[in-house]
Amino acid sequence: MVIVANQLSKEYKIGQRKSGIVGGLQNIIHKEYKIVKALENISFEIGEGELVGYIGPNGAGKSTTIKILSGILTPDSGECKVLGKVPYKERINYVKDIGVVFGQRTQLWWDLPVIDSFELLKDIYKIPKGDYIKVKKELIEWLNLESFINTPVRQLSLGQKMRCELAASLLHSPQVLFLDEPTIGLDAISKLAVREFIKKLNKEKGVTVILTTHDMDDIETLCNRVMVIGKGQILLDGSLETLRNTVSKDRRMILETYEGTNGFSINGATLIEEEKNRLMIDFNPDIITPAELINILSTKYKIKDILIENTPIEEIIAKLYGELNI
Amino acid sequence: MESIRLYFKYVKLSIESQLQYKASFIMMVIGHFLITFIEFLGIWALFQRFGNIQGFTFEEAALFYGIVHIAFAITEGWTRGFDIFPRLVRLGDFDRILLRPRTTVLQILGYDFQIMRIGRLCQGLVVLIWAAIRLNIKWTIGKTLLLFGSIIGGNFLFSGLIVLQATLSFWSVQSLEIVNSFTYGGVQAAQYPISIYKPWFRKILIYIIPLATVNYFPAMSILGKTELYNYPIWLGWISPLVGTMFFLLSLLVWQIGVKHYTSTGS
Repeated sequence: MVIVANQLSKEYKIGQRKSGIVGGLQNIIHKEYKIVKALENISFEIGEGELVGYIGPNGAGKSTTIKILSGILTPDSGECKVLGKVPYKERINYVKDIGVVFGQRTQLWWDLPVIDSFELLKDIYKIPKGDYIKVKKELIEWLNLESFINTPVRQLSLGQKMRCELAASLLHSPQVLFLDEPTIGLDAISKLAVREFIKKLNKEKGVTVILTTHDMDDIETLCNRVMVIGKGQILLDGSLETLRNTVSKDRRMILETYEGTNGFSINGATLIEEEKNRLMIDFNPDIITPAELINILSTKYKIKDILIENTPIEEIIAKLYGELNI
Repeated sequence: MESIRLYFKYVKLSIESQLQYKASFIMMVIGHFLITFIEFLGIWALFQRFGNIQGFTFEEAALFYGIVHIAFAITEGWTRGFDIFPRLVRLGDFDRILLRPRTTVLQILGYDFQIMRIGRLCQGLVVLIWAAIRLNIKWTIGKTLLLFGSIIGGNFLFSGLIVLQATLSFWSVQSLEIVNSFTYGGVQAAQYPISIYKPWFRKILIYIIPLATVNYFPAMSILGKTELYNYPIWLGWISPLVGTMFFLLSLLVWQIGVKHYTSTGS
């Protein structure tokens, strides 16, 4: 196991600020704190070469977990080991083996050409010259950085910046990569490029990747395993398929007809949306098979087109958050 | 040794980024020169009004002023990362620092090297040279060493104060103002001969925040005034030692702050 987390717990003390002059004075003399449980006895294991999606609503404890695993934060109780080391106990010795990308923050030197940041990182991580040249060349190729490697970071687009961030966090060839919302704010093409890169990295280099995101397409295209966290606890841990089945087995049929409907009533199927002769129907394949459903529908309407798909993962997650009340 | 090489690489990059904006850089240097120069005019006005203060002439006070400001300009240049540390925490840059396999101190010092502080340095230098010429000081080897020792000591003492200020911000942002009054207030206090202060305040400046020890005593020796105030003459020589000790001590306190940060996350 590359990552073992055992009963991790973490609480935050958040100062309650009172308003007004009197409140302000009270703050100075006696500050009141609210205890927020960010993590409650979280346990999981991640094996070598896994690509795990770590999702949950805002404030669920995703960042706290990443911070503990990457050694920035010490848990209140519990224990974790990454690559056989306790992250928060031997920081300097540990962080040289991992890579971390925060989608919302940069690790590059803002006013300097990208390549200058790379050169400095080479010295910071004490990367041997031969390794550095080889890895750098490969990353530039894979991420297509050649055309802007000499441009100051501040002049790059968000997508270009993110590709540089990824390269910067991998120059020292880490075995584990933590990605905190790597596709946030990116345009469609950049998102695809980033996803493709992560996939390739995982497949060809065997790098273990833990990825937090709010973009369910990231999960769908990348992750073979999903962990859902809510209110400081792991609520679900398994493949995307398990996740779907836990929430709902429903599949979705999109039907185009030549005329409108007049009331819809089929056992095992529900009309979700109807718009200009376009019907969106969710059905449970255990009760009614697609073939049966098409049969019934074709006797009722004049069908123009049919499409069957999985319920979009966004809706699954929204439903899951709703069901779990998080 | 390898860390020192890395530090200078950081410094080189930091200077390069500042020089990206040349016009702004030149304006900042001139600005820093002028701000401190106006301060100095204030002291001049004071002496114009009162003549001597506690047996010190304007030229002698100018010598103190010059030494303190050269020392502080150096501090401002190389400890900028600690000076703006709350911002590093807020922007998440400190988390990034914790993710790199190097000491926090090295990385924060490398975060920003403010070359533009050369403005204050030049101003201090001008005042110091002017005072030295007016006072007709004979620069023996001893006096030259005392001068350098005093600048080094002062620099490390101020740097230590800046590190302590940054450390305190792990606990409370409001407390910053308090320590600010120690650093900047310290500079203000140290630029006058301490004999003008009340005894209790003098004691603070000698023993607790040893500004007097690093600046006053060496300057007194340079002026040849030691016999006047009953302090042993060797006190002028320990300035670099006291300054460095204070700085190292502040780094120890810093480590406690980092530990606190990683256990609370705020």
